Amino acid sequence: MDEAERRPLTAMIDRAAGPPDCAAYERMGGFRGVRRALSGMSPGDVIEEVTKSKLRGRGGAGFGTGPKWSFVPKDPASQRRKYLVANGDEMEPGTFKDRLLVEGNPLQLVEGMIISAFAIQASFGVIFLRGEYHRGLECLENAVLEARERGWLGENILGSGFNFDIHVHPSAGRYICGEETALLTALEGRRANPRSKPPFPQVGGLWGAPTVVNNIETFCNIPHIIANGADWYLGLSACADGGTKLYGVSGRAKRPGTWELPLGVTLGEIMDRAGGMQDGYKLRAFLPGGASTAFLGAEHENIVMDYGTVEKAGSRLGTGLAILLDDRTCPVGMIRNLEHFFAQESCGWCTPCRDGLPWVERLLNAIDEGEGEQEDMDRLADHVRLLGPMGRTFCAHAPGAIAPLASGLALFREDFEAHIRERRCTYQDAA
Amino acid sequence: MSIVETPASGVPAGTPPEFPQDLRDKIADMVAHEHHARGAAIEAMRLTQKRFGWLCDAHMREIAKLCSMSMADLDGIATFFNLLFRKPVGENVVMLCDSVSCWLMGEEKVRARFCEKLGIKRGQTTPDGKVTFLPIVCLGHCDHAPAMLVNEELYGNVDTETVDRVIDQMKNGSVRGES
Repeated sequence: MDEAERRPLTAMIDRAAGPPDCAAYERMGGFRGVRRALSGMSPGDVIEEVTKSKLRGRGGAGFGTGPKWSFVPKDPASQRRKYLVANGDEMEPGTFKDRLLVEGNPLQLVEGMIISAFAIQASFGVIFLRGEYHRGLECLENAVLEARERGWLGENILGSGFNFDIHVHPSAGRYICGEETALLTALEGRRANPRSKPPFPQVGGLWGAPTVVNNIETFCNIPHIIANGADWYLGLSACADGGTKLYGVSGRAKRPGTWELPLGVTLGEIMDRAGGMQDGYKLRAFLPGGASTAFLGAEHENIVMDYGTVEKAGSRLGTGLAILLDDRTCPVGMIRNLEHFFAQESCGWCTPCRDGLPWVERLLNAIDEGEGEQEDMDRLADHVRLLGPMGRTFCAHAPGAIAPLASGLALFREDFEAHIRERRCTYQDAA
Repeated sequence: MSIVETPASGVPAGTPPEFPQDLRDKIADMVAHEHHARGAAIEAMRLTQKRFGWLCDAHMREIAKLCSMSMADLDGIATFFNLLFRKPVGENVVMLCDSVSCWLMGEEKVRARFCEKLGIKRGQTTPDGKVTFLPIVCLGHCDHAPAMLVNEELYGNVDTETVDRVIDQMKNGSVRGES
């Protein structure tokens, strides 16, 4: 395999040149997947190939993509209204991979969506994009327009009789829209509160019709799986799940960034790409895959970054982009920043999340500013218990929010205690 | 949750401009393409705000009518989302990311510089109506933290010098990105 084949998702991305148009995309090997899918494969064949590839959702939850699609009623697109939605509401703090894919090669996403829509027999596509991604919106709108002009979108694609078109929806901005049912609620022109499941979106989604929501990175894998086959795709990865992953780091690394690497490389290999930590800084702990994943201590600096291993260590792979906490930054301050975000972005639908997270934020503010009391530690532990496990709140927002706090209270206990004891932030002089 | 805290003192209240016919046609067209009319509501508000900078009551009433919704229903959505402004903003809107990666890389220093140079707090507009300064959540530019949006332009590796330069540009009326 040559270098480009080892990183199929980013091989065509040239940031200086801008995104390829249809002709350039096809010249570089694009549209092979959609040609293969629409001439000769049945929708069931596509789902089976994707299932065999062991592609897991790249948005954070890691659900198998093939199995997710298999729950959609099998009626042909011509007989039932169905929707396919790309979740590009990349708002997980510390995550910067979908923006690269959307700005770098939007036609790859479009092709992935055509194939996926064919698999579930959906005629209506929506790309839900971060409202702040102005450049990404322009790239996507141009790509969709050109694909439509050239017959890749619209009626009777490639003479197959299959119809599919895409609408790009820029969000008005709330983190909760990344939750798939809240996203659908927003698309219906309502406050983006999550919905109860069941019914799952695959059965009753947008406007009550069967709907599949997948992350942008997930869709970008599909053309390559169909063009080159599931076995080839499985061979790309370094673990039991298939493919490559956009990994990355932010924080005090020498060269923060994102790189497409085999799924299941170690954090050490990712850190090598980043040139290690900045001079004078040591790695203290990290959030492996975004703000809503639990801290892991520096002893895990060589952890295998696959779904299973990170979960076994007590966190989640999440989005695969790690946030680094160095030894000169206050962990209490960092957790305060994280919980401020989650408190602000709670949709307010259920009481524990709406009232609990601002309480957590106030307690952390007090401790960080030297006004904390010893009992505050118990209050924080109470919130970990009451918001923590899935099922106590309406959706996964609060359990995600509480993961860095729960792990942080264990890892940085001494720092919390010192703030309370000395009635000040013990890092202030160092900064 | 609206992140504009206070009305802009420098922005004249006056009568809002009439809702333009081309915008009305565009929104009617969006509504026609939706499964239900209200599906166009959020994009209609975004479009209107892009034209006028914010969403005044008179325009909200027009949008509500076009989307077959009550004004209260529409306002409930507008006040839910971070990027919809129900209060006037300045000529330029600076949104400085205050999420974790930017915080780790010195966002607080950049924030302090903005507040000091502009003489306002986050959520406020300068008295001359030139600049509204707001916090924003992660902009997906964490490898170039701290990051910010000035109007629609993305900036990375922002430091106090960037702040001084951008403020100068805003006062002189030309802002260019350098992400």
